[in-house]
Amino acid sequence: MLKTRLAVLSLSLLASSMAYAQTLRIGLKEDPDVLDPDRARTYVGRIVFTALCDKLVDISPKLDFVPQLATSWSYNDDETALTFKLRDGITFQDGTKIDAEAVKANLDRSMSLPDSNRKSELSSVDHVEVVDPSTVTIHLKHPDATLLATLSDRAGMMMSPAAFKGDKTFSQDPVCSGPYKFVKRVQNDRIELEKYDGYWDAKDYPIKKVVYLPITDATVKLANLKAGDIDMLERLAPTDVPQVKADKSLDFEPVTGLGWQSITINTNNGDRAKSNPLAKDKRIRQALEYAIGRDVINQVAGNGIYPPAQQPFPPSSPYLSDKFPVTERNVDKAKELLKEAGVPNPKFELVFGTGSDNQQLAELIQAMAAEAGFQITLRATEFAAMLDELDRGNFDASLIGWSGRVDPDGNIHPFVTCKGALNYGRYCNQQVDKDLNQARQVSGVEKRKPLYTDAQTILQQDLPVIYTYYQPWPFVLNKNVTGFVPYPDGMIRLKGMNVQ
Amino acid sequence: MAELILRRVLVAIPTIIIVSMLVFSLQKLLPGDPALMIAGEEHDPKVIEYIREKYHLNDPIPVQYGMWVKQVVQGDFGKSLRTDVPVTQLIDSKLPVTIQLAVMAMIVAVLIGIPTGILSAVRKETAVDYVANVVALSGLSIPNFWLGILLIFLVSVQLGWLPASGYVPPSQDFWLSIKTMLMPAFVLGTALSATLMRHTRSAMIGILRSDYIRTARAKGLRQGKVVYKHALRNALVPIVTLMTLLFGELLGGAVLTEQIFTIPGFGKLVVDAVFTRDYAVVQGIVLCTAIGYVGLNLLADVLYILINPRLRGA
Repeated sequence: MLKTRLAVLSLSLLASSMAYAQTLRIGLKEDPDVLDPDRARTYVGRIVFTALCDKLVDISPKLDFVPQLATSWSYNDDETALTFKLRDGITFQDGTKIDAEAVKANLDRSMSLPDSNRKSELSSVDHVEVVDPSTVTIHLKHPDATLLATLSDRAGMMMSPAAFKGDKTFSQDPVCSGPYKFVKRVQNDRIELEKYDGYWDAKDYPIKKVVYLPITDATVKLANLKAGDIDMLERLAPTDVPQVKADKSLDFEPVTGLGWQSITINTNNGDRAKSNPLAKDKRIRQALEYAIGRDVINQVAGNGIYPPAQQPFPPSSPYLSDKFPVTERNVDKAKELLKEAGVPNPKFELVFGTGSDNQQLAELIQAMAAEAGFQITLRATEFAAMLDELDRGNFDASLIGWSGRVDPDGNIHPFVTCKGALNYGRYCNQQVDKDLNQARQVSGVEKRKPLYTDAQTILQQDLPVIYTYYQPWPFVLNKNVTGFVPYPDGMIRLKGMNVQ
Repeated sequence: MAELILRRVLVAIPTIIIVSMLVFSLQKLLPGDPALMIAGEEHDPKVIEYIREKYHLNDPIPVQYGMWVKQVVQGDFGKSLRTDVPVTQLIDSKLPVTIQLAVMAMIVAVLIGIPTGILSAVRKETAVDYVANVVALSGLSIPNFWLGILLIFLVSVQLGWLPASGYVPPSQDFWLSIKTMLMPAFVLGTALSATLMRHTRSAMIGILRSDYIRTARAKGLRQGKVVYKHALRNALVPIVTLMTLLFGELLGGAVLTEQIFTIPGFGKLVVDAVFTRDYAVVQGIVLCTAIGYVGLNLLADVLYILINPRLRGA
């Protein structure tokens, strides 16, 4: 009797808690941009896509590839064709089938849409072939080791062809393949999604509704969390870390991301490089590296969430080499190098994007470098204007970061190869180019890692980019949110998450 | 009257044209390439070139302006470069929010500003006057963002009385909408009330000294009647003008307040648009605000005549 009563009671409790387990409200640092995976470009946009659009493959927290819409995949012998087997009975949020034709239509769109930001990521793809309704083969122009990683992000997200071929602008009413479907968006205010019941893994998603709320001010975002007006937030300000750790009602879940922050140096871009003391002699750049303490940056500017970075690859990556440990701060060594170079007091300007976090970091670097003899002037510039100046070479050194990619190529190739689109300092070294280009075309960690390590041996001497810390993704959740697993890519995967 | 309105409208047209030209060219002077902002982190040169072509960023500024005017005249304000949303739709969704905030802030300002202004004029140079002045001055000098954050921590986090930020449309939940907007309206309203209070005070003091008030008092009218019926009515003339102008400013968007309370109104939209170099949005909003401002100026003139019968013949 008692047992049945308890059973009934616990059942009803379960039922009531499930009735309330409905909505998850997530505070974002910015308003996402266009809701079209082929054209999107922001980190916060990717967070929304993680719920909205499934990809062919996903990653695990350890950066292994795991099945998502595709259950298995394999290369042919010379690695010029990648074949995917699709999951059975999967549908888009409009009920249409996700088959090989749909996958082909998606990849073709990513490669042909004039303003597709995925084009360069898929530049190795020659054509896509439908083998049978559940098998699709991607034929390559040449082997491309980065392709699987590319398909685990926006390029591999599957949208309903009916939606992007229709009259309406896709981004206004996106129809995708993920566990949550689009309800509405009010720009600068909210994006609402609700559960798609026809999702292949719907049982693992107890949350019924997700609301993304862009809240720009860091203090206000945290206040909203404390007041219970949102359930979780991304990118806590480092200054708020002690306060959050002390708060028993909050869960602090930081994770080291895939991206890095750096001091990027203009070694070779335009006239400015000719007058830049840092460009003249690599010993001056080495002196700068010795002058700054990455652990100091972590403690002072990052409150412990800025893990020191020496290489462009994050700790979660198998490509991180143990040959280049983090350089310890050594002011005497820095002074010695400057003396050898014959410039005891190099003067240069450090440009950075406006914001209190950046300001503090820049001042810290300025103060530490001053002890070795550097005279740094600081210039805070609004971000869009700074990008323009970097592109035109109108800088000596700049604080700039990268959000990071799963494949090592994305973290290094565009920044240090002679023609790299993001090589603001126009650093150019033939051996580095050769290594990094080759690493794109061979597969397997054991073959690629030596190439990256070889390139790094040169780069760690030349220092066109001095990496400072890894981009952290500090999440904060209310205690009533369960099941959250932080991933190094900084995405919020809603599988298994619930609100009690 | 009709002739006056017509004349004013005709005068307003060149004003709006000049404003639109000014905004258009100032924006182009801003450093930073919108194509770089839209092309994403990867900066694919082909995509950047395509975007420049698509939005005519390579054309000379007068040509770009001409194309924009041609669109606007046809009622097409273009699309947001950042999110694809048509600018008209953005204005449609943000204008009610901004109007609601402006109206509520104005109500707060009037409720606080005018009574305290009258009180301190009537009780000139007494303790009441001094206290009212100090309150008004602090209203003017306390920064909006500071008061806003303070209120969020006190009222939302500590006491849990009101939502910390955000916006709920009145059509969805009227009371929740009012509750959410209460703190921002208060923050904006207190700052405005200080201006209103000071103007009410000085207008009232001037009028209370005038001959006809002395006559009214000599007739033996009660204080209340003298102040409210005779003095206030005349004092209201400049105050109403001031109020319409303040309201016009509010419609331009209360940038800081909207930012702190995450209200999706004009202010936040236009600031975000400037930072992402979303030209179409900036132009659309500024044009819309300019038209609103000119309209309110016109309204001020009309009200002026309605309140002050002496001007009706003119």
